[in-house]
Amino acid sequence: MTAHAETEEHFAGSNKLFFSVWFWLLLLTGFEVFLGYIHLRVTLMLVILMGASIIKAALIVAYFMHLRFERLPLVLTIVPALVICICLLLVFFPDSFRSRALRSPAPVQTPAETH
Amino acid sequence: MATEAQAIASDWGGGRLPYRVGHRKLGMWLFIMSDSLTFSALLIGYAYVRASNVWPTPFKFYPSIIFSSVMTLVLLSSSLTMVMAVSASARRETSKVRKWILATALLGVTFIVLHMIEWRHLISEGLTPFKLPEEWATKWPGATPLFGATFFGITGMHMFHVATGCIYLLIVAGRVNKLKHEDVEISGLYWHFVDLVWMFVFPMIYLLSIDITK
Repeated sequence: MTAHAETEEHFAGSNKLFFSVWFWLLLLTGFEVFLGYIHLRVTLMLVILMGASIIKAALIVAYFMHLRFERLPLVLTIVPALVICICLLLVFFPDSFRSRALRSPAPVQTPAETH
Repeated sequence: MATEAQAIASDWGGGRLPYRVGHRKLGMWLFIMSDSLTFSALLIGYAYVRASNVWPTPFKFYPSIIFSSVMTLVLLSSSLTMVMAVSASARRETSKVRKWILATALLGVTFIVLHMIEWRHLISEGLTPFKLPEEWATKWPGATPLFGATFFGITGMHMFHVATGCIYLLIVAGRVNKLKHEDVEISGLYWHFVDLVWMFVFPMIYLLSIDITK
């Protein structure tokens, strides 16, 4: 079997599937914009927005970028390493909160956050 | 599933492509991995300075939120047209591939134009990478000028990727007769990745900075 023949593959997924993924992505975006206008605490809003964005990213990677139809070894090579590296970047946040406390010993609230 | 395990084991014995993707496609995936780390670092750096400073939340429904929402719609739709191009390419319908890719590039250009208009609104209000508009500085006392740096830095970096993607797509559209199906698919991977990044930039930069004060 030549290398060329091995990579020659059919393109899985129907147009109907891609349209419904697109529709869900739009729906989630609409939900996110709506969320911006109901007055939530910034941290709660951040958590919900990031949750929705991760779902959207997963939909794009799985269906549009076709990763769901690739072989498992490729998925395992790409995804876990990336997730771990990105999570490791969060190590900086304690320092961010520390420098906020240094800058303003009393908790400072911007006008927008007091709602 | 013993047979699956055996199949995978024999794949790694050499002389085959264990991932069942060509070296170009694997290369694009590796590039996407490194580029996602670039954007993660930018966004986490932004979150770092935002959490440690008084941060203005200046975006009004018109123009900023309307514009950025429409831009999101445009980018998501461009991903859909790109998927159509790739699936036409799998069926070897070259003229359709070219049409869908050109539609994708056109939506990309629309995105850039809308983003430029949105930037111009903010610049005319007095926002620069190192200075806040006077009005914002009085509305949010002690607010950091880093707002402009992170805003223009992150959205500018994303816009650069969109612009690069448009050029890439135009080249692919022009050479589609000579290219293999996998090459079209690779350009699709890049384009979807640019879309994916915007799915994080849009909520973090825009939606978390909506002006809900009256």
